[in-house]
Amino acid sequence: MAINGHSIPGPDTITRVVLDNGIVVLAYENFAAQSVVITGSLTAGALFEPAEQAGLASLTANALMRGTQHRDFAAIHSSLEDVGADLDLGAGVHTTNFNGKALAEDLPLLVDLLADVLRCPTFPPEQVERLRGEVITGLQYREHDTRYRANRAFREQLYPPHHPYHRGVRGTLQTVPQLTAADLAQFHRMTYGPSGMIVVVVGAVPAPEAVEIVRARLGDWRNPDQPPPPPLPEAPAPAEIRRTAVVVPGKTQSDIVLGVTGPSRLAEDYRAALLANSILGQFGMMGRIGETVREKQGLAYYAYSSLEGGHGPGPWSVTAGVNPANVQRAVDSIVAEIRRLISEPVSDEDLDDNKSYFTGHLPLQLESNEGIASSILNIETYQLGLDYLLKVRDQINALTKEDLLAAAQRYWNPDAFVLAVAGPQS
Amino acid sequence: MAGVIRRQLDNGLTVLLKEQHSAPVISWWVLYRIGSRNERTGLTGISHWVEHMLFKGTEQFPGGQLDRLISREGGSWNAQTSMDYTAYYETMPADRIDLALRLEADRMVNARFEPDEVESERTVIISERQGAENSPLFWLGEEVRAAAFRVHGYHHEIIGDLTDLQTMTRDDLYQHYRRYYQPNNAIAVAVGDFNADAMLRRIEELYGAIPPGEPPQFFQRPEPEQVGERRVKVERPGNNQFLEVAYRAPAATHDDWFKLAILNSVLAGPSGMGGGAVDNKTSRLYKALVETELAVSVDGGLIPTIDPYLYDLTVTVRDGRTLEAVEAALDAEIERVRREPITAAELLKAKKQARALFAYSTERVTAQAFWLAFAENFESYTWFENYVPRLEAVTVDDVLDVARRYLRPQCRTVGWFIPTSGGDLDSLDDEE
Repeated sequence: MAINGHSIPGPDTITRVVLDNGIVVLAYENFAAQSVVITGSLTAGALFEPAEQAGLASLTANALMRGTQHRDFAAIHSSLEDVGADLDLGAGVHTTNFNGKALAEDLPLLVDLLADVLRCPTFPPEQVERLRGEVITGLQYREHDTRYRANRAFREQLYPPHHPYHRGVRGTLQTVPQLTAADLAQFHRMTYGPSGMIVVVVGAVPAPEAVEIVRARLGDWRNPDQPPPPPLPEAPAPAEIRRTAVVVPGKTQSDIVLGVTGPSRLAEDYRAALLANSILGQFGMMGRIGETVREKQGLAYYAYSSLEGGHGPGPWSVTAGVNPANVQRAVDSIVAEIRRLISEPVSDEDLDDNKSYFTGHLPLQLESNEGIASSILNIETYQLGLDYLLKVRDQINALTKEDLLAAAQRYWNPDAFVLAVAGPQS
Repeated sequence: MAGVIRRQLDNGLTVLLKEQHSAPVISWWVLYRIGSRNERTGLTGISHWVEHMLFKGTEQFPGGQLDRLISREGGSWNAQTSMDYTAYYETMPADRIDLALRLEADRMVNARFEPDEVESERTVIISERQGAENSPLFWLGEEVRAAAFRVHGYHHEIIGDLTDLQTMTRDDLYQHYRRYYQPNNAIAVAVGDFNADAMLRRIEELYGAIPPGEPPQFFQRPEPEQVGERRVKVERPGNNQFLEVAYRAPAATHDDWFKLAILNSVLAGPSGMGGGAVDNKTSRLYKALVETELAVSVDGGLIPTIDPYLYDLTVTVRDGRTLEAVEAALDAEIERVRREPITAAELLKAKKQARALFAYSTERVTAQAFWLAFAENFESYTWFENYVPRLEAVTVDDVLDVARRYLRPQCRTVGWFIPTSGGDLDSLDDEE
């Protein structure tokens, strides 16, 4: 399939190879610019860390580039910065992800380094200490960030304490000081490995060459002890309205997060929920919520909804930043829009416009190497099929008003949600 | 850059076109030569507010319909107000670009500025400012800028001072719009999957009939020379200390700007150009401040501007360290770079980084179109074309020379953000 003669990545143009050790490599050629990106994931997420060691997966991922058996800190970063390349690693709840970029000629160098930091990190104690201090300073900063504080309070109310979504991936000022270099090394030994790993290469490198570059550096990696990801505990929907307020002194604006548990990416009604979410608080200038809270009432610069929808039931929530005097008015407006979303089908116009947006936006999403790579990673992560980008248009167009209404009703209840507000004393 | 076509329509509109067929996408930008640098006291923030009003609609494209139309076609759109310009763009699937062309032609002259919309936007903009105020670096940056510029319009934030946002009128805004939104004060750029001849014909159809206005007079007050270090402190609740050191920098058209860009790369790492970044962990200041565990991050900022602006270094102090110690370590590095030439290897690295960042910036048509419009505003689009060659021409001696002339203590402003002890946090939970 093509748009204006340009092909959309599909089974004929994406090269997919499974290495002997289980790593799935996907390569896509794009010679429009002289650059290449590499992105991917391993199963080593915060799911594996106990609550009292919150931040372990994140600190481990961030410490990988602090020293390996073959390179010290300076050598790792010189090899990247000397050629204008970049590589980042970070942990989420379910996976640890990496993103790299370089001029196409430097792909071998980039993959060399990636393989080294993934396979042979040494977690030098003085480097771990330095990094820990940076993380702690960052956590202290976030204590005064109203948007972050509202979000954290929201998650703590929405998910039970033993649920991994309850806590922040970066850990806390209580847990991070306790983590040792030995803890990091053990977490790495236990959870890092080729099983479940995905590597995507997109850019000005022939696909077979890209696959061989990856195979040569990661194809013989083994970790026989690598465990399967633990199951996710239940996350019951809120049974009533739960309010929580965080006072952050000296601020001029309050941040609001209001929401419920939403569908996972794999849920059957995920796409219907995605379209309903767009109508609620995304489309155009932030959907119906933007229309009432920002455009009509002038209460906020930002007011939008978002649907996380990853491996598990991530939040479906509304976020707004308002003057402290206007918090209740904004909340009432948001709840009124949620009531409307679950009590009446959307209009034909809303449905058509949003379908048209999702299908029409595809060329823009696929314009950059990063955009293509992240779409391909998504396809592999959620097993959507290599023809996903070719058929998604039909799947979206098949959705009905009733599908959207059913999805909204399944997840939202205007009398049972979590509301978190962070701001100055009101 | 190969293939840029530049035309000026009879009404003065400057048009730049570049075909790029790598993706079925076109980015369309209209940039007006007006920004916060030209704002008088009492009207600070007016350029940005006018930008917001252009999303409120015209007769042909009523408010609320605009974003619907663009989104329905799968497009992205936005606008940005800077110190030197106000710019609007749409990036669309190539076969839908006509909507963007028509929309921008229409709102160049027909925006309505309804009084009730002005009032509702007043509180949105005050909310935007209050959201920014929640960040300590906003307060620090605002104070440093105000201290560094006593006379020039660069002294106030783009969003404007709160008192002006409370008092500006609908007529102030509308006059600003009428005065500066004219074809002879605008630059229009298309980059993407189109045929240049057909695109130019369509632009002439839609924009050619818009009458030119009186050439706008710009409010400008050159900043006098700085004759001694200036220091400011901001004391607010918080947990972290920040240091900002801002040196007077040359205009983007000056050769010295490129020499300072190389110096910045060596000191604090290269600045990204949209499309990809390079880290700064091998830069001198990272080694001197972060590896020594005095700070957790350091960033350098050198923005290309019409008039001489600032080269600033911003440091987040590590927990348990002091602003004095961080400033002393930073000063030692500044002194070193003013005393001894950088190495040939450092120069080579800075140039390779610039080449890579430039290549990344050309991946997406939106970034390319932005840079062409941006450069044309202060010189010519060729500034962007010549960006890498001009950096390539910089020598080790050049870098020493600009370090000595620009990084003098006498022409800098130093800002400290000092967190006050009101930082205790409460959590009040109740369920119902």
